[in-house]
Amino acid sequence: MGRLKSPVTSRDHIQGSDNAIVTLVEYGDYQCPYCGAAQPIVKQIQARFAGKLRLVFRHFPLVEVHPLAQPSAETAEFAGSQGRFWPMHDAIYANQHQLSITRLVTLAANLHLSPIALRDALALGTYAGKVQADFIGGVRSGVNGTPTFFINGVRHDSPLGVMDLAAAIDQTILTDA
Amino acid sequence: MSILTVGTKAPDFTLNVTPDQKLSLSEFAGRRLILAFYPADWSPVCGDQMSLYNHILPEFRRHQAELVGVSVDGAWCHQAFARDRNLHFALLADFEPKGAVSKSYGAYRNTEGVAERALFVIDENGTIVWSYLSPIAVNPGADGILDALEALPDLEKKDGSSQVTRDVA
Repeated sequence: MGRLKSPVTSRDHIQGSDNAIVTLVEYGDYQCPYCGAAQPIVKQIQARFAGKLRLVFRHFPLVEVHPLAQPSAETAEFAGSQGRFWPMHDAIYANQHQLSITRLVTLAANLHLSPIALRDALALGTYAGKVQADFIGGVRSGVNGTPTFFINGVRHDSPLGVMDLAAAIDQTILTDA
Repeated sequence: MSILTVGTKAPDFTLNVTPDQKLSLSEFAGRRLILAFYPADWSPVCGDQMSLYNHILPEFRRHQAELVGVSVDGAWCHQAFARDRNLHFALLADFEPKGAVSKSYGAYRNTEGVAERALFVIDENGTIVWSYLSPIAVNPGADGILDALEALPDLEKKDGSSQVTRDVA
């Protein structure tokens, strides 16, 4: 259990080279404070491992406790459809403490994306299917909370969570090399 | 103590599901049930095991299975926890005598006095068809449960009518 079952594809949001020796897949929820807290650590890991690591982000919104997680994920996908996924991803986490639909629309405008098109996409659920597909793939892979990380397809199970993610990546590089 | 294994008849139980309502295993006869033992309500994380399963309920139901959670917390505690997390399934209180049902499934930790993180899938005949014991600190997720449900044949509906789901939460 706890093995990534949905392979990384071109439908994914990926930062880093396809030739990287480590693929780090994060399942996250934009309204989850632990995901927000993990964000700077993930950035440090990306900087430290540079060309050795590619990061994939997938949605795992816990909508029963985080009502803005779903529209936030759909907003990131909306931005992604116009090549702006990662700037929106970062902007949403940076604004996590004051998330609202109005704020999401403002973030879109800041990235020169059409606020009206975003409102339409949210109202129609244009990107709900993509978010749901991420969620179900996560469930089948044993995602057990947010954030959940997979290092080269293996779930990172540690009581320290993201705090010893870098050490676990080091270990994977040693083992797989 | 090791947990009950595949092929074992699931021990019956009757436990409080709310302060004034009880639920028995026998009420699930003819239906499939996921029995999820867990140590305690109120884990300080967003995606604790019960909250996670709450989000996966539609998948469980699509596989024709109901879910109940069991811990040694009392019915009032469960009620507050379920409200806080907006849970849409029943939590059973294995409270008095403490842990008796957990013990009957081999899923009780004497040292801490709490249930193990143990999962059971019980078929329509009341037989355990899958079980899994997770390290206490590791939320097992739901992939094992869904794999187990998928391996079962489709449930035939006896009279063609849709099954009534009791709202017990």
